[in-house]
Amino acid sequence: MIKFEVKKLSAWYRDIKVLDGISMPILEQQVTAIIGPSGCGKSTFIRCLNRMHELSEGARLEGHVLLESQNIYAPKVDPVLLRRRVGMVFQKPNPFPHLSILDNVLSGLRLTRRPKNLEIAESALRKAALWEEVKDRLHKPGVSLSGGQQQRLCIARTLAVDPEVILMDEPCSALDPIATARIEDLIHELRKNYTIVIVTHSMQQAARVSNKTAFFLGGLLVEFSDTSQLFTSPKDTRTEDYITGKFG
Amino acid sequence: MSKLHTDREYENELNDLRSRLAMMAYEVQKMIQYAVLSLQKSDTKLAEEVILKDHEVNRHEVEMDDLCLVILARRQPLGADLRFVTIALKMVTDLERIGDLAVSIANRTLKLQKMPAIQIPGNILEMTHGVELMLQLAIESFLDADAVKAESVLEKDDRIDELYHQLFRTLLKEMARNESLIEPLVHIQSVAKWLERIGDHCTNLAELVVFMVRGENIRHMNHAKT
Ligand SMILES: Nc1ncnc2c1ncn2[C@@H]1O[C@H](COP(=O)(O)OP(=O)(O)OP(=O)(O)O)[C@@H](O)[C@H]1O
Ligand SMILES: [Mg+2]
Repeated sequence: MIKFEVKKLSAWYRDIKVLDGISMPILEQQVTAIIGPSGCGKSTFIRCLNRMHELSEGARLEGHVLLESQNIYAPKVDPVLLRRRVGMVFQKPNPFPHLSILDNVLSGLRLTRRPKNLEIAESALRKAALWEEVKDRLHKPGVSLSGGQQQRLCIARTLAVDPEVILMDEPCSALDPIATARIEDLIHELRKNYTIVIVTHSMQQAARVSNKTAFFLGGLLVEFSDTSQLFTSPKDTRTEDYITGKFG
Repeated sequence: MSKLHTDREYENELNDLRSRLAMMAYEVQKMIQYAVLSLQKSDTKLAEEVILKDHEVNRHEVEMDDLCLVILARRQPLGADLRFVTIALKMVTDLERIGDLAVSIANRTLKLQKMPAIQIPGNILEMTHGVELMLQLAIESFLDADAVKAESVLEKDDRIDELYHQLFRTLLKEMARNESLIEPLVHIQSVAKWLERIGDHCTNLAELVVFMVRGENIRHMNHAKT
């Protein structure tokens, strides 16, 4: 099933166009990888999917982004509520430094203290495959964890608000191979219940975790194919040159 | 050819693989040629040369396998490079088998020494030229990434099969006519069979090239093997 339908999406920062007429579907309960050289618009693209793009100075866009057939840019849509449905995990793990592990997980929820909170936190930490490692130190600061654990903490924080879609912008670029493998294993697990879009500079990672891959170049969507097809027999020579390491 | 790899050492490794494969194919081609020539001229020295050359080809095979594994492990190639390396691995196997078949032919030269002399049938010679050309074209199509040329190899295999079946029937008749020639003619029949198999291996090579170039697998689709 189609979760997002992106239609002729263009985006600008002031008068500079950085996305040019992107059209593609994002399928439910699948992992979609976005690859492409630095500056091609990957981050901008996923930030358009939860209306974070508009938070940047001078940002503007045209075109349509439909989430389950609803235009997310319609006036009646509350961006804050939208961002709860479409969560985001960033490149650098960014737990709140002054908050405990527990409060970090719960930080996306309404601020009221409810008895159910502990249950929610445990469930989110379990889904993020972090529970066993932190269950005895929930009140320690979030920043006391290792980089890989912090990233899973951020994933738990995203999961705690019970989103439908998780956007990940280079979630493993600061992690070692073991922490990376944990996150990738987690992505495989999360795929069963969530729709995932991941931006990555590692083509091997895209090949490992995703079902579909989109190759962006200079703000254009060059190719969108099944991952297994794109990395073995891409259709476009620009994709071929990129994945075989022929740059410039 | 499209652009070069930004990492020049990687580019060199792939080129090295390419030229070694071409070299190996060239040696195998010579083996076929000399094996049949040794048969024709009843030249045991030439036959022995073919048998010796096979060790070289086997060594090539092992080296190429290693090289491919190292490239796969170190470079994790994708796209056309991935197809190139995995196909090189398979091509090496076909080439090595062709070498073995040439050795089998050369061995017949030695066996036939002790038997009544016979004329080597024209079909054997035509088959030999045919498979040599097929091998040549298969390798050229690989080096030039030329799928059309590779497809021309596939067409040629039908003629090889035809020559083989024709010869097979003729040999049966001759054996019936002249019992004292049965043994040497059985050897000739084996040679024809091996040439026909060499043709099949060349067909494999060409199909691999089509896959490498187009990314589509045409094996087991239109060519029912005989
Ligand atoms: N806040 C901003 N203001 C102005 N220009 C921006 C802003 N953010 C990004 N850009 C520009 O927009 C283009 C696309 O940037 P984007 O961050 O989407 O690329 P990217 O593909 O994610 O790159 P990277 O792989 O380096 O993260 C770039 O040219 C960048 O310089
Ligand atoms: Mg980015």
